[in-house]
Amino acid sequence: MSLNMAKKTKSLINSVVAGVVALLVFAATPTWADDIAVKIGNFTFGPQELKVKSGTTVTWTNEDDIPHTVVSPNNFRSKPLDSEDKFSFTFTTPGTYKYFCSLHPHMTGTIVVEAATGSITPQQ
Amino acid sequence: MSTNDHEKGPSRRKVLECMTWAGTGVLWTVAGGVPTSLGIIDEALAQQSKGFTFLQISDSHMGFDKPANPNTKGTLEEAIGRVKALTVKPSFMIHTGDISHLSKPVEFDDADRIISDARLDVHYVPGEHDIIDEDQGKLYRDRYGRGTKGAGWYSFDADGVHFIGLVNVVDLKAGGLGNLGNEQLEWLEDDLKGRSASQPIVVFAHIPLWTVYPEWGWGTQDSARALEYLKRFGSVTVLNGHIHQVMQKVEGNVTFHTARSTAFPQPAPGSAPSPGPMKVPDDKLRTMLGIASVTFKQNEQRLAIIDTPLQG
Repeated sequence: MSLNMAKKTKSLINSVVAGVVALLVFAATPTWADDIAVKIGNFTFGPQELKVKSGTTVTWTNEDDIPHTVVSPNNFRSKPLDSEDKFSFTFTTPGTYKYFCSLHPHMTGTIVVEAATGSITPQQ
Repeated sequence: MSTNDHEKGPSRRKVLECMTWAGTGVLWTVAGGVPTSLGIIDEALAQQSKGFTFLQISDSHMGFDKPANPNTKGTLEEAIGRVKALTVKPSFMIHTGDISHLSKPVEFDDADRIISDARLDVHYVPGEHDIIDEDQGKLYRDRYGRGTKGAGWYSFDADGVHFIGLVNVVDLKAGGLGNLGNEQLEWLEDDLKGRSASQPIVVFAHIPLWTVYPEWGWGTQDSARALEYLKRFGSVTVLNGHIHQVMQKVEGNVTFHTARSTAFPQPAPGSAPSPGPMKVPDDKLRTMLGIASVTFKQNEQRLAIIDTPLQG
């Protein structure tokens, strides 16, 4: 095999690999980054603890007759959510995100964000 | 005080001039109880006429329109109607927070319009629902915070009684309860310094300053420090809202009392999955909403607090 041929072959392989990776990403994205829902009901977040992959968007919906907020200091803060209002946040950095309702602080929850490799870097 | 004085409107100086102490008995309602017999109410009104009386209203939640009460404006109007119908005009009102449901200008407007019909001075403290505008309380402070410190705390004297309005709904911490914070507590310590221990004190704030039910956040995490500053006083009355039901507790010289809402009832602690608005049959609603009147009598450690439902 000439040097040229080898280069071409390598380049072809690279393209194929890139394509497969791209396919994997496209195929995998919907299963990870599909909106994951957290219900706010009876003054609790449900599920209270949630493990997601990096890149996931979590959407909270207030199903109570009373407004709530979703606040993780220095990370995210929703507006007051009236009944049926929603708040979404996309988690791009692995770590443990503790959050609470700033109106009813006894309401707390945790989102654990894992990297694609599965390793977790503690954030706080 | 003559009937004419009642009709002149909220001139506090005039009201205070004609207030007199009367050292008669104290009428007291038991926890969760309401004076149901007419005799007791008549007696209460007679007692009131001899003392210095003010009113407490709480938790108007203008803007709330869910099944527990789709007409919160109507029930607030009824409550103010009750105030106007009192034979003895109170000196002023205090509102212990949650004026609005979502801190919207139109909600504060509605509250102001309806409450001003009572033609009484009103002293407010915010509830957590009053500080959820984008600037986290600016709307409230612009409207009600003139002459107050910090997030809206202040004190004033009326007829020899020292009134202290505290804010315990700001800067709440995850997993915690109501919060006064160091700055306010230092101010309180200073405010009380040098006062005679015989001066009656009334403290009012939105969230209860005693631990009613921590599982639902019904308490204030640093209230013990405030109570420490208050314990040398012979008569301390703590008036709160937030829990939309009447509750009382006496601890030494301190009497704790929570008022009904004018908007919707909430369940008794632990009696429901959550403290959310409680839907009751329509004909029961007005028995669970109401106002409270408080009367001072000289030389009495405890003040007479009478809770009056809108109906029943």
